[in-house]
Amino acid sequence: MEFVRDLFVNIGAWFSGWLGGFLPAWAVTLIMGLIGVIILVVIGLSSVLVLTLGERKVIGRIQDRPGPNRWGPFGIFQPVADGIKMLTKEDIVPRGADYWMHLLAPIIIIVPALLIYAVLPFGAGVRGTDLNIGILYIVALGSIGTVAILMAGWSSNNKYALLGAFRVVAQLISYEIPMVLSIVAVVLLSGSMSMVKIVESQTVPYIVAMPMVFLVYLVSAFAELYRAPFDMIEADSELVAGYFTEYSGMKFVMFFMAEYINLMAMSAIITTLFLGGWRFLGVERLLPLLSPFIFFAKCGAMIFLFWWVRGTFPRIRIDHLLALAWKFLVPLALVNLMIVGLVDKLVEGALLTGVVLLVANIVEVVIVLAILSLVGHKTRSKRLQRITARPR
Amino acid sequence: MLKTETITLNLGPQHPSTHGVFRLKLQLDGEAVRDLEPVMGYLHRGIEKLSEERTYVQVVPLTDRLDYVCSMTNNQAYAIAVEKMAGIEVPERAEYIRVIMAEFTRIINHLMAVGFLWNELGAYFTPVVYCFRERERVLDLFEMTCGSRMMCNYMRPGGVSVDLPEGFIPQAKKLNDHLKTFVDELDRLLSENEIFLSRAVNVGVLPADVAINASITGPMLRASGVLYDIRKVDHYSIYDRFDFEVPTCEHGDVWDRYYQHILEMYQSVRIIDQALDGIPQGEVMNKAAAKATRRPPEGEAYGRIESPKGELSFYVVSDGSGNPYRLRIRPPSMINLSALKEMCQGHKIQDIVIILGSVNLTMADLDR
Amino acid sequence: MTNDEILAKLREKYPKVVVDTPELIDFTVVVKSEALTEVATFLHDECRLDYLADVTAVDRPERFEVVYHLYSVKNQTPGPFVLKVYLEDKGNPKVASVTPIWRGANFQEREVYDLMGIAFEGHPNLKRILLWEGFPGHPLRKDFENRTFTFKELEPTRPKPPDW
Repeated sequence: MEFVRDLFVNIGAWFSGWLGGFLPAWAVTLIMGLIGVIILVVIGLSSVLVLTLGERKVIGRIQDRPGPNRWGPFGIFQPVADGIKMLTKEDIVPRGADYWMHLLAPIIIIVPALLIYAVLPFGAGVRGTDLNIGILYIVALGSIGTVAILMAGWSSNNKYALLGAFRVVAQLISYEIPMVLSIVAVVLLSGSMSMVKIVESQTVPYIVAMPMVFLVYLVSAFAELYRAPFDMIEADSELVAGYFTEYSGMKFVMFFMAEYINLMAMSAIITTLFLGGWRFLGVERLLPLLSPFIFFAKCGAMIFLFWWVRGTFPRIRIDHLLALAWKFLVPLALVNLMIVGLVDKLVEGALLTGVVLLVANIVEVVIVLAILSLVGHKTRSKRLQRITARPR
Repeated sequence: MLKTETITLNLGPQHPSTHGVFRLKLQLDGEAVRDLEPVMGYLHRGIEKLSEERTYVQVVPLTDRLDYVCSMTNNQAYAIAVEKMAGIEVPERAEYIRVIMAEFTRIINHLMAVGFLWNELGAYFTPVVYCFRERERVLDLFEMTCGSRMMCNYMRPGGVSVDLPEGFIPQAKKLNDHLKTFVDELDRLLSENEIFLSRAVNVGVLPADVAINASITGPMLRASGVLYDIRKVDHYSIYDRFDFEVPTCEHGDVWDRYYQHILEMYQSVRIIDQALDGIPQGEVMNKAAAKATRRPPEGEAYGRIESPKGELSFYVVSDGSGNPYRLRIRPPSMINLSALKEMCQGHKIQDIVIILGSVNLTMADLDR
Repeated sequence: MTNDEILAKLREKYPKVVVDTPELIDFTVVVKSEALTEVATFLHDECRLDYLADVTAVDRPERFEVVYHLYSVKNQTPGPFVLKVYLEDKGNPKVASVTPIWRGANFQEREVYDLMGIAFEGHPNLKRILLWEGFPGHPLRKDFENRTFTFKELEPTRPKPPDW
C-alpha cells in the first residue's frame, strides 16, 4: 500500500536499485537517463496524437458537428490515418533551395520543443530533472524555434515564403517580451527559477493572486504558439505563401508536430507557473500517486481553452497584432512587475501577500479599463449605439 | 536615393476564399495595394446565347444557374420581364407564393454572405456552420415545394409551376419564428466582436456618390447611405401590401455592409410573417400564359427586381417567334465590382480579402 | 421629372438629335450616335438621371442597337428611360463611351465589346472581359456559328504567360 501510494517515484527507485545490484553506478545513471528520455519523448510525441484528434472533435462540437468519426470508435484512429497519409507523400526539395538549411529547419524546430519536457514537473517527484534555472532554460529554448522558422522561409527560394517568415518572426519576437516579463513576476514572487520550487511556493495559486499577470501571459502564449486569434501565418497561406509551403511529407509533419508539442508544453508551463502545478487542496500530500493526474487535468483545461478560442475568434491583422504587443502588453507587463515587486517587499506572509496582490490586481484592471475607454476608438461607441437600437 | 518598385501579386483563379474562380492582379507597394485589376470570365457559359435557341419556358432552368445561391429570385426576375413584355397577369396566390419564396431566398443569401465574410476574417468556419444550419432548414422547405434544393425552376412566366404542398404553411411559420430568434442571436454574437470591429470599421469605405455613379445596387448601396430599394421604387409584384422598412447604414465600410445584411434579414422575416398570414386560395398559374409565351408579340421589355445581391434585371427582346431574340441579363455581382479600385486604395492585402468578401459576389452571376 | 418632360427638354436643347421615339413598353428615345456624349452629359447633369442600370446591344439584321437604361436615384422614378443608338455600319461599329459620365458603364461596355464587337471610343481600358484576347469572333452576333468548339482549335488562340 505504501508502495502504491507514491507509485511512480517508487517504481523508479526500485528499478535503479535493482540495476545497481549488478551494474556500476555510471551504467545505472546512463540507463535511467535513457529510459527517462524515452519516456519524455513518448509523452511529447503522443501528445500530438491526442491533441490533433481532440482539437478536431472539440472544434467540431463548437460548430455543431461531430468531428472525425470514421476511423475507429469516436475517430480514435484518425491520427494514425493522418500519419500514414503524411508518410506516404513525396519529399520535394525546390530547385535553387539551400539543401542543408531546408533539411535542418524542421529538425531545429522540433528538438527544442521536445527538450522543454525535460524540466516540466509532471507530479510530485515525477519529472525529468530539477534544474535550478528551469524557467530560464525554457525561455531560451523557446527562442530557438524562431531561428528555425527563418531558416525555413529563407531556404525555400520563394520570396513570398520569406516575407511570411519575416512576419511570423516579428510576431514571435514581439510577444516574447511580455511573456518574459510575466515570468519574471512569477519568479519574483516564488523566489526561485526552479520549476519544482515555483509549484511548491504556490500556497495560493498565482492565477488567484495575480490574475493580470496571468492574462498578459495567456495572450502572449496565444501569440507564441501562433494560434487563433494570432494565426496570421495560416491567413498568409491564402494570399502570400506561408513559410512552410515548400515542405511536403515528413518535413511538413515535423512543423506540424512542433506546433502541437509546443501547445502541450505551453499548457504545462502555464499550469506550473499559475495554476499550482500538481497541487490540489492538499490531495497530493495524501496520495502522491494522483499528482500526475491532477497535473494533466489542469493541462487539459488549458488546452481546452486554446481550442475554444480557436473555434470562436477571427484573426487579428498584422499591424494590430504588433501594436497590441508593443503599445499595450509591454507597458502592462512592466506595471504588473512593479506592483508585484512592491507588494512582495512590503507585505510579509504568503497568504496575506496573495490577498493584497489580488486586491492590487483588481484595482489595476479597473484603471486599465478606464484608460482604455477614454483612449479607445470613438467609432466603437458610435457603432454600439446603432446596435443597441435594434429593430424589432 | 532608394529605388522602390511595386510587386505584382496574383490572387489567382484558384482562390481559397470561396467566391469561385476569380482573379485579381494586385500591384503592391510593400503591404499597401496601389492598383488592382480584376480578371473574370472563368465561369462564362454563354447563357445569353444559349437562351436564343430555347423557348421562353425552357430558359427558366438556365436562369436558375445564374446566381445559384438565390435561384428563386432569378426565376422571378425573368418571369417579371416576360410578363411585362407579353402582358400576362399573375394570379393572387401565385404572387403571395412568389413573395414568400423571394424573401426566404433573401434570408439564405444574406446568411451565406455573413457566414463567408466571417470565414475570410479567419473565424475558422464557425459562423459559416451556424448560418448553414439555418439555411438547410429553408432549403428543406424549397425541396418540399419544387423538388429541388437549389436549382428550383419554380417561378415561370404566368405564375408558379406547382402549388404549395400540404404542410408547407405550418412548417414555414415555425421556421420563420425560429429565424427571428436566430437572426437576433447572430447579431448579438457577431456584431460587437472587438476583433471584427478593429478589422472592419473604416475599411473599404464606399462614398454614396461614387456608389450611385458606379451603378452599384443592393445592400452595398444601402450600406453607403442611399435609400434605394427596387421593391419600394418599382412597386413590382405585391410588395405594396406589406409593411416593411428599408434600412440603411451611414458609412459604407465593411462593418456597415455586414450589418446591412443583418438588418435586411430582420425585415425579410417581417414580410414572410405578413405573407403567410394573408395568403389566399386560388390557382397558381395563369392558363393563358402558356399560350402567350409560346408566341409572344413583337417588342421588348426591361424587368428588374431587388435580388439579394442588387438589381437583377432582364432585357427581353422578342421578334414574334417562340425564342427570345435577345436576352440580356444585368448581373448585380459584376457591376457591384465596378468601384473595387476606389474601395481598396491604400489598404493591405488582408483587407482586400475581407473587402471582396463584403461585396458578396457569386461568380456564376458575374460571368453568366 | 417624368420621362416626357425629359424628352421635351432634350428636344428643346438639342433639336436635331432625336431620331425616333418608338412605341414600346418602356419609354424609348433614339438619338444620333454622334451626339451621344452630349445627350448623355445633359441627361446626367440636368435631368438627374444619375443611375445607369444597363448598357447592352442588340444585333438586328440591318443595324446594331446600343441600348442604355437610365434611372434616377434622387427622384426614385419607377420607369426606365431607355436611350438607344442605332449603328448602321455593321462592318465597323463604334460609338462614344459613356464611362466618363457613369463609371458603372466600364465593365458593361467591355462586355458589349467582347461579345458583340462594338468598339467604344474613349473607354479607359477596352479589353475583352469574359473571353480572352485571341478568341475567334464575337459570340453574341447572329452570324456567329453556335457549335461545339474543340480544345485543339481553341487552345492556340489562348494567351500564354507572361501575357495572361
